[in-house]
Amino acid sequence: MLELDDLTLRLGGLTLAEGLNLKLQPGQLHAVIGPNGTGKTSLLRALFGELPLAKGQIRLEGRAMMPGALAHWRQAIGYMPQNTQLDLDLSALEVVVLGRLQHLSMRLSDDDLQAALAALQALDITHLADRPMHTLSGGQRQMVLFAQVLLRQPRLMLLDEPVSALDLKHQMQLMEHLKTQTVDQGWISLAVLHDLNLAAQFADQLIVLGEGRLQAFGPPAQVLSRELVQRLYQVPVDVRQEADGLPCVRLLRRETPPAQTRAYLDLEME
Amino acid sequence: MTGATVATPLRVGELLERQRHRETRRWRFLFLFAALLLCSLTLDVVTGPSLLGLREVLTTLLSPASADAMTRAIVVDMRLPIALMALVVGAALGLGGVQMQTLLDNPLASPYTLGLAAAAGFGAALALITGGLGLPPLLAVPAGAFVFCLLAACLLFGLALMRHVGSQTLILAGIALLFLFQSLLSLVQFLSSPELNQQIVFWLFGSLMRTTWPILWITLAVTLVCGVLLHRDAWKLTCLRMGEARARSLGVNVTRLRLKTLALVALMTATAISFVGIIGFIGLVAPHIARMLVGEDQRFLIPLSALCGALMLSTASVVSKSIVPGALFPIGIVTALIGVPFFIWLVLNQRGRGRA
Repeated sequence: MLELDDLTLRLGGLTLAEGLNLKLQPGQLHAVIGPNGTGKTSLLRALFGELPLAKGQIRLEGRAMMPGALAHWRQAIGYMPQNTQLDLDLSALEVVVLGRLQHLSMRLSDDDLQAALAALQALDITHLADRPMHTLSGGQRQMVLFAQVLLRQPRLMLLDEPVSALDLKHQMQLMEHLKTQTVDQGWISLAVLHDLNLAAQFADQLIVLGEGRLQAFGPPAQVLSRELVQRLYQVPVDVRQEADGLPCVRLLRRETPPAQTRAYLDLEME
Repeated sequence: MTGATVATPLRVGELLERQRHRETRRWRFLFLFAALLLCSLTLDVVTGPSLLGLREVLTTLLSPASADAMTRAIVVDMRLPIALMALVVGAALGLGGVQMQTLLDNPLASPYTLGLAAAAGFGAALALITGGLGLPPLLAVPAGAFVFCLLAACLLFGLALMRHVGSQTLILAGIALLFLFQSLLSLVQFLSSPELNQQIVFWLFGSLMRTTWPILWITLAVTLVCGVLLHRDAWKLTCLRMGEARARSLGVNVTRLRLKTLALVALMTATAISFVGIIGFIGLVAPHIARMLVGEDQRFLIPLSALCGALMLSTASVVSKSIVPGALFPIGIVTALIGVPFFIWLVLNQRGRGRA
């Protein structure tokens, strides 16, 4: 279990979130959602030990994160940062194999390479194995980096916007694989997502951050209400319950065009 | 995502074979450069103002006892250590350059551009004008260069230890050090007599001529030890090329790796520079050539950068003896003359690839 006790996150003197109290269970996928700048990435960085805690404590399976023993703490974590900009002359296979850093010897063993290929195969991107990273698209890189993090065999999986550059097919592939592995391997998974419907479809629990605190925590069907989304994102939405019981969020476009567009249309009419 | 659906599924065995082929190709580059290095070394020993023939030189090398005293002195005591020193110093500068570029994630980083060489120059000049504080000049000048080179490295080191100091800040600090020590060097030159000024300028040109066997052994030992220690971290350094956050996410203790690598690079380059003076561009250019050939896999990039640096300096040594027949041209000038056009080509090529 991952426990967050009265956690306060600060960045550059600015308090992003305070008083976070959460208990996250193994085998569950948690989507971290909320407007921009509400501390979603900072929460993941804090869990990885990259952002010092302003207050509070984090415990994984009863063991507290200690600032002096971060290397040990990180051994249990698979962390995929947001930035996928990798202008490297390394093949995708070589990048994925780095996920087994702790096991690598000077000569890459067949086991290492086979494990990396298995991760690529699981995501249906074996055809990228030979391609240098700097020739891949943003989405392809994101898939390769996800394959890399899979090789770490973590107990806690932290993914920062893992599908931000992916098309629908690969969003589906990544999220389904993440969900399956989370259940099968008993991972505690946290993924920062902006697509609320994707979060509702795949996450067991939503962690909603906003206005400097935890706004809600629970299953999507309970948490994702019209009032909450409208209040946090400041946009008109419609939240409907689908046949499978999951909420579906739809943006409602403003009926009247903004002032500038109106002026332009008026000119056109003349 | 583009092109994700076009490829037919490849068999795992085929992909493994391709990876092994890639590694074999990289090994071939290492062997090729080692062979070229042997040729260059031979040519370097054969070339010189005393115009000894190839057979005479080779006979002396293979059986020094059979050669006359003069030939033996020229070949074994002068040319051979100098030629070997070119390899060792070139390798040290190549290694230093590739690790500076890795640590700082910047293709322009090298011991030269980060002020280490300028600090060594200032240290040497200071030793010359203070008369070496009682030490013999042959010891005082390298000692002065070594101390100031390490001092500059310690300043960078201190910064690297500070929290929230990233590679960009380290580069800026390095450039500030470069300007600081260059200004201090100019001040020393301004205050010194014309004779001392000449000695300072001669040291700054960089020269292998001061090499003796003990100097060579010291430089070789330091370079070898540091090189081996750097190579042991090859995988971690490859991870670091993916960025600090990602390296951390893969389990690399970035702060410790950064400090260890910086210490090894500083020790290695300070030793090399203190004995031969300032030799620019090797540390900048050699890693780029190596990277173009074997990519970012540091298992191969580290040794190839060393071999490439060694080959460049050895070739420059041959060229420096061949430009004006019977005379020696300062090797630091030769490396710069070869390095500058290459550097410009490199920058333009990078822009063409949309990487700069």
